[in-house]
Amino acid sequence: MRLSVSIQTEDFDVSHELAHLRSNDARVGAVCSFVGTVRERNEGSDVSSMELEHYPGMTEKSITAMMEEAAKRFDIHGARVIHRIGLLQPQDQIVLVAVTSAHRGMSFQACEFLMDYLKTQAPFWKKEVTPEGARWVDARVSDDKALARWG
Amino acid sequence: MKVTVRYFASIREAIGHGSEVIEADVKTVEALLDLLLTRGAKYQEALSTERAVRMALNQSVCDGAALLEDNCEVAFFPPVTGG
Repeated sequence: MRLSVSIQTEDFDVSHELAHLRSNDARVGAVCSFVGTVRERNEGSDVSSMELEHYPGMTEKSITAMMEEAAKRFDIHGARVIHRIGLLQPQDQIVLVAVTSAHRGMSFQACEFLMDYLKTQAPFWKKEVTPEGARWVDARVSDDKALARWG
Repeated sequence: MKVTVRYFASIREAIGHGSEVIEADVKTVEALLDLLLTRGAKYQEALSTERAVRMALNQSVCDGAALLEDNCEVAFFPPVTGG
């Protein structure tokens, strides 16, 4: 099982990551990926930039645990998570979750499961800069609801 | 009992620093939190019950009843907003 996580300030190349995740694995018939990007507006304000903070050590540990849980629940062959930290601008890529499996169903489900977990369990915090000043982003109730459906 | 305490995001900013080492005779994360709340206005503002404070022991999410051990690491932080 290929499971790997990277926390980095640098951008990532999705094509490269997907090619690597399924390389030399002929069992794979489906690759599903999600990319999260910085929106120019949030909660009614223009966002000029965003700073991402995390808890080094716990971040990697919690995401690895999420990927191991996904591998137990879904018949997948690999998963890759990249999350950026530091200063980001609108349109920048923030997060990649990619999953491989034999058929599409398992990849789609595992990808969504991982994103729902990541949004609510991985220790990252966003602070956005708006014309009204810098502010910490509030957690969303809808994210907790999205997580709850997985049981 | 020696505990490394770490703070993140809005809680770190309210307290004014990201980590500190505390030596105290406390057994649980909740008892540690109660002790920190006696340390003045900054701590009260950062860690009061009106804020949603999440906690972790040795880098795993825990609740207040979690038992401390010598040289452990406890973290306090707001609900996460990554992704």
